Amino acid sequence: MSDILVTEQSKPGADGSGRPSGRLLEVEDLRVEFRTRDGVAKVINGVTYHVDAGETLAVLGESGSGKSVTAQTIMGILDTPPGFVTGGQVRFHGKDMLAMSAEERRRIRGEGIAMVFQDALSALNPVFTVGFQIAEQFRVRRGLSRADAKKRAIEMLDQVKIPNAKGRFSNYPHQFSGGMRQRAMIAMSLALDPEVLIADEPTTALDVTVQAQIMDLLAEMQRERQMGLILITHDLGVVADVADRIAVMYAGRIVEEANVYDLYAKPAHPYTIGLIDSIPRMDEKGQQLRTIKGLPPNLMNIPPGCPFNPRCPMAQPVCREKVPPLLQVGVSRASACHFAEELVNRD
Amino acid sequence: MSDPSSASIVTTPPSTMPTEAGSGAPVDAGLPENARREKPRGLLGDAWRDLRRKPLFWISAAFILVFVVMAAFPWLFTGGDAVNGSLSNSQVKPSGDAWFGYDVQGRDVYARVIYGARASILVALVSTIGTLLIGGTIGMIAGYRGGWVDALLSRFADIFFGLPFVLGAIVILTTFNGADSNNNEWQIMGLVVMSLVVLSWPVVMRLMRSSVLATKEADYIVAARALGAGTGRIILKHLLPNCLAPLLVYGTILVGSFIGAEATLSFLGIGLKSPVVSWGIMISEAQNYIRISPFLLFFPAAFLVTAVLSFVMLGEAVREALDPKLR
Repeated sequence: MSDILVTEQSKPGADGSGRPSGRLLEVEDLRVEFRTRDGVAKVINGVTYHVDAGETLAVLGESGSGKSVTAQTIMGILDTPPGFVTGGQVRFHGKDMLAMSAEERRRIRGEGIAMVFQDALSALNPVFTVGFQIAEQFRVRRGLSRADAKKRAIEMLDQVKIPNAKGRFSNYPHQFSGGMRQRAMIAMSLALDPEVLIADEPTTALDVTVQAQIMDLLAEMQRERQMGLILITHDLGVVADVADRIAVMYAGRIVEEANVYDLYAKPAHPYTIGLIDSIPRMDEKGQQLRTIKGLPPNLMNIPPGCPFNPRCPMAQPVCREKVPPLLQVGVSRASACHFAEELVNRD
Repeated sequence: MSDPSSASIVTTPPSTMPTEAGSGAPVDAGLPENARREKPRGLLGDAWRDLRRKPLFWISAAFILVFVVMAAFPWLFTGGDAVNGSLSNSQVKPSGDAWFGYDVQGRDVYARVIYGARASILVALVSTIGTLLIGGTIGMIAGYRGGWVDALLSRFADIFFGLPFVLGAIVILTTFNGADSNNNEWQIMGLVVMSLVVLSWPVVMRLMRSSVLATKEADYIVAARALGAGTGRIILKHLLPNCLAPLLVYGTILVGSFIGAEATLSFLGIGLKSPVVSWGIMISEAQNYIRISPFLLFFPAAFLVTAVLSFVMLGEAVREALDPKLR
């Protein structure tokens, strides 16, 4: 591999060594609780996942499963109070970010790890033009002149396929359509060429056709830049095409982690089975939609044993007593179920 | 000179402003359009572009310019004597000799109105700026930091908020500017400004605090943090521009009410005193003669109303220009 000096695209932060092949971002046994007036809600209870360069990890889970809070903790934008990290590590290039100074962490944001938000309209500052907000990063973080920053910002808008990028540069967020805004948001997050991009439900606020376009765009950007992409979603359909691996979260824990094919073909956790079963199918037209019965547990009062046991069709007495650890089942997949082996080995 | 700006100049009433509108207004308009397009414009750049197209802005700006010049160089407008008069002219009605007539003591009302602009406008502007700066800063700190800082600052503001305005001003000014005090014109103005600021900042503080509270939870503030913006940048670039509009509007109203407040304090005998001339003093002197010589009240009041209106209109134009959704 030859290091070619490309002035336009080279990353000052990476000092020419290229992207490392090891673990890029690792979350280990992360624990977060929200201390509220009504009590302590244990939102994250030992989450462990990682993402490598050039890899897409989808974090799947319903509302309140802690997938966004994990992302916020990684980014360091958790609201404290009420949120407190009570344990675990978030390692970026092997260095624990939670132990870093605020200034060190700030430097990583944007350049090392960046984030795309769900609702681009509210995530873009309404009083500045879209172009200005992208250009601002080049000016502040890269020290470019206004004219150069504008050029780079237009390039970015062009890369995310905003038609007439030059003309759109001086438009305000409210003058963009929903899909365009999300594209602009992606351009903004990618401006400093981050190594990891966290996309927190990037398509939830969009209609279905636009959703597909945005997912394609994210996938393309991820391939081109060989970023690690963490895709947070509650939509199983969205992840199937894009993700390499999927981590399923429930009540602040990872309950199953597997590559996409294994997960869809043979889920190893009853919760995942329920999720996949609840995808509407064409051949069941006219019938009632299948759901997972019951509600996610109250995070202030998580049931003893497996948190999924009150809703689990397979629950046994052991499930009410022992918390199942996330264990390897088969090659490069893990499940936190007492009966994971049986599930994997069934026909 | 480019076309649109010179066209908008024409809309200002030529009668009120003989020279200043022509020389002061189009300074920036001469820049070639292409040169400025090259750079990304910030909030202020866009606001300015928008303002340049508004006749309301040019009219109010022209009026304010006149008043400011009047305050700085009153002798440009009148050769008359604002302080000394001849009693033989007492309450002479407006005529070709003295456009606005003479007051009870035979002083030229036109000269007095012109010279009165300085005290009135200076006091009002400085107090407004002081109120906005102090109230805005404290409100920003309270809103952004939250927690005990907010609680402490808010209770502190409540103490001042609880003081009735006139009563508070009387206490402050009789203490420092009583009947036996020997302060000069500038010291008195300083004291009046101080008492106005001290008694009005809590309102601005509350305005600012509540807008900051509403804005700081916004996703774009979180997004800015997630992209690595520091605290200073978040406050100056993201919070302030989004919290400024209510402050600006209140500020323009403040200018007007401070001109009135200065008049009230002068009338009570604790503010500015003769021989200092201000519109407030003139109005309070005129009120005893309103049925015999209404022009004594009319002219200073007309100037006061025009000045207040100009500031309010300017504030309105600026607020609209700062809100991208109204463009």
